[in-house]
Amino acid sequence: MDLLISITVFVLAAYVGFEVITKVPPTLHTPLMSGSNAISGITIIGALVVAGRYAGVAGVVLGFLAVSFAMINVVGGFWVTDRMLQMFKREDRP
Amino acid sequence: MNGGALIDPILAGYLYLLAAVLFIVGLKRLQSPATARRGNQIGGAGMLLAIVVTLIRYEILNPWVIVAGVVVGGGVGLWLARTVEMTAMPQLVAAFNGFGGGASALVAAAELIENQGNLDLRAGITVALTVLVGAVTLSGSFVAYAKLQGLIPGRPFGYPGQKVGDSVLALLIVALIVWLVISPNVLVMWVLLALSLFLGIVRVIQIGGADMPVVISLLNAFSGVAAALAGFVIQENALIISGALVGASGLILTNIMVKAMNRTLGHVLFAAFGGDGGGGPVGGEAKPVRSANSEDVAIALGYADSVIIVPGYGLAVAQAQHNLKELADMLEERGVEVRYGIHPVAGRMPGHMNVLLAEADVPYDKLFALDEIEDDFPHTDVALVVGANDVVNPSAREDPSSAIYGMPIMNVDLAKHAIVIKRSLSPGFAGIDNPLFYMDNTLMFFADAKRGISDIVNSMKEL
Repeated sequence: MDLLISITVFVLAAYVGFEVITKVPPTLHTPLMSGSNAISGITIIGALVVAGRYAGVAGVVLGFLAVSFAMINVVGGFWVTDRMLQMFKREDRP
Repeated sequence: MNGGALIDPILAGYLYLLAAVLFIVGLKRLQSPATARRGNQIGGAGMLLAIVVTLIRYEILNPWVIVAGVVVGGGVGLWLARTVEMTAMPQLVAAFNGFGGGASALVAAAELIENQGNLDLRAGITVALTVLVGAVTLSGSFVAYAKLQGLIPGRPFGYPGQKVGDSVLALLIVALIVWLVISPNVLVMWVLLALSLFLGIVRVIQIGGADMPVVISLLNAFSGVAAALAGFVIQENALIISGALVGASGLILTNIMVKAMNRTLGHVLFAAFGGDGGGGPVGGEAKPVRSANSEDVAIALGYADSVIIVPGYGLAVAQAQHNLKELADMLEERGVEVRYGIHPVAGRMPGHMNVLLAEADVPYDKLFALDEIEDDFPHTDVALVVGANDVVNPSAREDPSSAIYGMPIMNVDLAKHAIVIKRSLSPGFAGIDNPLFYMDNTLMFFADAKRGISDIVNSMKEL
């Protein structure tokens, strides 16, 4: 993949991110942070490739740590965000 | 690399793109509390898709390494997410940021170890930058975690000759990156990793506890940038797109926090500003304050028409959100209009107060941001300040010599009456006195937020 294409993708995605996220209301900023943090756990893809591909001791150790770290990030991040968001309720009592 | 692949790499690429689109759709739904939960679930589905595609895409030589990592990491993450108290959310998010950054650094490190003979210039640069950003995120986040959890004091730590020491460290890191780019070398990479970890520690340890909203937001952006850089290393668009989204999100939040403190990012990162909010009283002559007991406060609140509650970090420390909700319910039963004014930097992370109040079942349509409520104080009967200090300091508006002059504040001093629940007259993290406490229309109720509010509730029952 060409470096220019990678950078193009990065710039456009960052622009989409700015557009979407500036409209998130302040009341949701904590779930936004934990939820977006869970998305940064996408590095799990790289961790899985590394852990599955390399047979050397260093590869095994690094692969295990990378997968563990990324999984903490992914599972914990999405779960705790869900826990928070289910608490946000509108005034519905009469 | 695709010898044992179960699905076509082109198809895998499209599925990764679908996962990235799901992340964007999910984030878009965070624009309203009504759709936010579903949005987060859509994002989670995107992540599951990406993981499954990866598992069936490549021939896996070490399935047990993956199984062990998934079980250990998933288990720890699940346990943390299920057991954390809402008051401890800032340190949990800090820790998650750290793990994400650490994972990205490890991916880059493994790539270098396996391919060191045939890395081109572009690979060398991206590996070096991923190791740097990922490692700084890892160690910086855990220092922030330790400060927020109270494992180390929140005040800034410095050391003699710090400016010189920090500059030498920065130069060393730049030199190592150049070395790594020119001739990829495992030993140099490890030294770079170690120095980057050290950089994260010394940088964050010099930042005061109350500046943590900025630090956590910035580390959030870093964890995204680290993931995007890892995407450049393994040449995968899904990582680049997702990392860019998170980087943008973290930068926006950082900018909001910095503006709400009327500071610059450079000042937060390098000025070692303030303490941890537990400092002694400010010197000078003792000025008279109007001290109240719980009955005085109950009467003032109970016979008001409108009340705005302004919470701060003290509410979280005392875990008083449920008591506050009980008090607000009693007031509403008496016909008092109750709203909440949330300053952007109240608490230790963006939106911290909103999550605490949501936990106590306060409906989100009663929570108002600074710009939505700041003009309402002059026609409000009582502004009730619970565990906040600098964000209600009128010096920010009136005293050009004040360290916080120009910072946007909640104008509680303009309300007909202000009631401040606070343990003592000690200054906030900025270490400056608060004229609000000495004003004629201010009542000071000296108490821990939880005890104080439950005493007011008891007094209210007798009205």
